[in-house]
Amino acid sequence: MPPLILGIESTAHTFGASVATTDGSILSDVKRTYVPGTGRGIHPREAAQHHSSIADAVILQALERANVTARDLDGVAVALGPGLGPTLRIGATLARALASRLRVPLIPVHHAIGHIEIGALTTRSSDPLVVLLSGGHTTIAAFASRRWRIYGETEDITLGNLLDMFGRSAGLASPGGPEIERLAMKGKSFIELPYTVKGNDVSYSGLLTAATKLLQAGRPIEDLCFSVQEVSFSMLAEAAERSLAHTEKKELLLVGGVASNLALRKKLEIVAGEHQADFRAVDPKFAGDCGAQISWTGTLALSRQMFVDIERSQVKPRWRLDEVDVPWR
Amino acid sequence: MKTRLRKSYRLDALDHSIRVARTSREANLLHDSKRAGVPTPTVYQVDTAGCTIIMEYVDGSRLKEALTDMDQSELRRTCKHVGSLIGRLHSAGIVHGDLTTSNMILTDGAKLFFIDFGLSDYSYEVESKGVDLLLMSRAFKSTHYALHSRAFEAVVDGYREVVGNDETHLISGKMREIEKRGRYSERSQASMVPDIKQGQV
Repeated sequence: MPPLILGIESTAHTFGASVATTDGSILSDVKRTYVPGTGRGIHPREAAQHHSSIADAVILQALERANVTARDLDGVAVALGPGLGPTLRIGATLARALASRLRVPLIPVHHAIGHIEIGALTTRSSDPLVVLLSGGHTTIAAFASRRWRIYGETEDITLGNLLDMFGRSAGLASPGGPEIERLAMKGKSFIELPYTVKGNDVSYSGLLTAATKLLQAGRPIEDLCFSVQEVSFSMLAEAAERSLAHTEKKELLLVGGVASNLALRKKLEIVAGEHQADFRAVDPKFAGDCGAQISWTGTLALSRQMFVDIERSQVKPRWRLDEVDVPWR
Repeated sequence: MKTRLRKSYRLDALDHSIRVARTSREANLLHDSKRAGVPTPTVYQVDTAGCTIIMEYVDGSRLKEALTDMDQSELRRTCKHVGSLIGRLHSAGIVHGDLTTSNMILTDGAKLFFIDFGLSDYSYEVESKGVDLLLMSRAFKSTHYALHSRAFEAVVDGYREVVGNDETHLISGKMREIEKRGRYSERSQASMVPDIKQGQV
């Protein structure tokens, strides 16, 4: 049996646990998500309370579904950041306890690198330009010389924030993205909204303000959802196109929770096609935050002995993607 | 001749208004930048509705490639010059909006041209100047990662000589602030907490 890693994810609203092997099999992936009341956003402390109440059960279930016991594990990987301090600490505390009890290495994983690696695994991408869209990231990155280099990102709120906050102001259930996608399909007329691209960067706060005001002024929600998607996704497609032209990569890989949106995929697919690049999107079951992104990245880190001492394993709420050394690529 | 082509991933209505706006913006700003003392291609003719500009062809190599062949002192001198040109733009109330080493042409006579003003704008705001310099910094960091700190330091030195110490200090503070926003940060977390006005129905 190849080495087994347990991965724990708790950077934001999702607590996840998963067992993966070094040869790329995800043996289990269990998660539970804290859902704030309609019209509200994540409350970090409430999310942490949610996680601590279900964490044991999620971990046990991940071991059970993988048909292994804790003693079979060769390491415990945990997302130490970036994310919300209170929720990060729930995952980190459990991972430290498990690693020390089982006398196996504790493996620190960067959440965004987890998104990228699970995307690369499930799409068999080798050297992609990555578009990472999650609650905390709107980032365009490519790998060079041991690091992910950032080519473009948001200058204010993320695309996930934009969809969540617009959804909230319209009284839609959280997360806003899927609801907005459903309503957008019924949208008929396009309403002009601020389109802001600067270099390979995007800026969404002006778009959010304008769309919220138009909603209050009584414009149809379906048309606004359609237009918010059209404008925000086109901005991102343009930023991705510029980055693709600049880096000349032959693969365009979409990862993160927003990756399941079909309208967005379609735009990026066009961009990739025009630049002779293959378009791939992460397997939808691993698109949102999950344990598998951490367990699989943990196996890669294990291969390079990237461990952390328990005393030095503090969480890093603001850990930056381009600060992380990645020796396995 | 530069024609902005239709992007098939954009809705026609959106696409057309963007292309028209950028064409007219580029034509105006190429001209005004030249007046601010920054070499740009001379504009001969503009067809806004056709999204086309006819302009001078600048023969040379992109700074992106030229930088890689330079020795230390040449690199420093060139990057300082880049900084002083950005300083001239900013002093004239112009932000370029797409500062990368692909958008700078070094001629055989060692004259540096700025091109591609489609994302440019008129602004005296510290925020827009900060974004402009941040884009420049990112271009060095991602594309020229081995040179980044030295090259960008020289850019800032050149910039400082034109706009002065106080202004440079103000803008670099702003750059740090902007950079913190985009990455997973206090702000994007704060935007997820409940008591935000826009979030209340």
